[in-house]
Amino acid sequence: MSAIRNYIKSLFLWELFGGLRLTGKYLFSKKITVQYPEETTPQSNRFRGLHALRRYPNGEERCIACKLCEAVCPAACITIESEQRTDGTRRTTRYDIDLFKCIYCGFCEESCPVDAIVETRIFDYHFEKRGDNIITKDKLLEIGDRYEKQIAADRAQDASYR
Amino acid sequence: MFDFILQAWASTPVTAQIVLKILAIVLPVTLTVAALTYAERKIIGYIQVRIGPNRVGPRGWLQPIADIVKLLMKEIIIPSGANRALFIIGPILSLAPALIAWAVIPFDNTLVLADINAGLLYVLAVTSMGVYGVIIAGWASNSKYAFLGALRCAAQIVSYEIAMGFALVAVLIAAGSLNLGDIVRAQEGSFVHWFWLPLLPVFLIYFISGVAETNRAPFDVAEGESEIVAGFHVEYSGMAFAVFYLAEYANMILVSALAALLFLGGWLSPFEGIPFVEQVFAWVPGMIWLLLKIAVLLFLFLWFRATFPRYRYDQIMRLGWKVFIPITIVWLIVVGLAVLYKLPWWFD
Repeated sequence: MSAIRNYIKSLFLWELFGGLRLTGKYLFSKKITVQYPEETTPQSNRFRGLHALRRYPNGEERCIACKLCEAVCPAACITIESEQRTDGTRRTTRYDIDLFKCIYCGFCEESCPVDAIVETRIFDYHFEKRGDNIITKDKLLEIGDRYEKQIAADRAQDASYR
Repeated sequence: MFDFILQAWASTPVTAQIVLKILAIVLPVTLTVAALTYAERKIIGYIQVRIGPNRVGPRGWLQPIADIVKLLMKEIIIPSGANRALFIIGPILSLAPALIAWAVIPFDNTLVLADINAGLLYVLAVTSMGVYGVIIAGWASNSKYAFLGALRCAAQIVSYEIAMGFALVAVLIAAGSLNLGDIVRAQEGSFVHWFWLPLLPVFLIYFISGVAETNRAPFDVAEGESEIVAGFHVEYSGMAFAVFYLAEYANMILVSALAALLFLGGWLSPFEGIPFVEQVFAWVPGMIWLLLKIAVLLFLFLWFRATFPRYRYDQIMRLGWKVFIPITIVWLIVVGLAVLYKLPWWFD
């Protein structure tokens, strides 16, 4: 009996009309497209985008060249060289991140004892020359300076969960 | 002013007149193809809860122009192993039949380029030519994907042409003429006098076969991305590819136009025979009705594409040979008997 019913159903394209009805309904539904450059979707304060190096309020760079981030980095994209300054503190002379290798996991930020290396909310950036993908200490500090307000606010918002 | 145009028209040589008439058909068809690609992207976008192209021009209207310009600027790459002459003839052979079939399409009671007696036969003969373009393109590309795609495409078109031919025979029996204008005139009376009602199964089979003939979803195995990349036109680029694209869409419009003429009363008003409403719409020219019917059928093409997943190849063959052909043959007998005994309403 069910075989006959199935035969009749398939002969009269029953399921196909059901499908057409469904897509027909969606034709008139509200569209959910986000028109990107003009509109954006909400972003988490934990967003992991382009990296930055932060400074203390007095202008001194935070990074102490402990190389924990270099050690923890699963993609091995961080290269650090350091030296001793005349005042006895240890600072980096080189802090390079290869953005082609980086997988944006955020381990560097988690491992950092002085909150120096952070990942910002910036996700739309590009390179124009070969080699630009390796981002140097100067650039990282510059990004940190420019976005310090937002970086600090995001960290403060998340502080109780850390 | 109008007299002047008529005089100028009468004084132009007949050959030039015919060329102008051909242009008056081919240019709108080409423009419709452009509009159809835009409509396709927009409608499928809407069905998928997106908004489709909206950046080029107001609401994205100029998107087809941008696409054409892009394709014009691109290089036509001829593979080193390809047969040069056939490689270039392929797309032309597939576009030409889609355009020359329009010669016998009547747009109104008298508005037809070539009012020949064997119009339906001519359409059948010419549309069958389209498959040669596909086979030649697939073979000349000298690529395994193109070759497999061409084989699939050719087998599919040939199988569905039989069902389509039988469907057209049913129309021919019902109308008693091969002339497309006479077929439409045989449907005069009212909405229910159109052939879609007495020939309902044949109408459905004709339209579904039309979808299969034009290699549109859900019968687009000829370009199954997951197995054979893009099928027979995988080696084509730039304008040569665009010509294939044009042919596909021109064929869609042609199939819709034929379905409108043969089953949906062509240029006849859908309000014919209904008192009062008939008078209200009496001013609408017949061509508008025909174009509206074509547009509705084209929308169905796009709706199908947005709805149905691709058929498996053996299912396509089964559907064509084991379902459509038997049903059309049965309905041929039914229609023959109906005509023989002058079934009231349609055949009296």
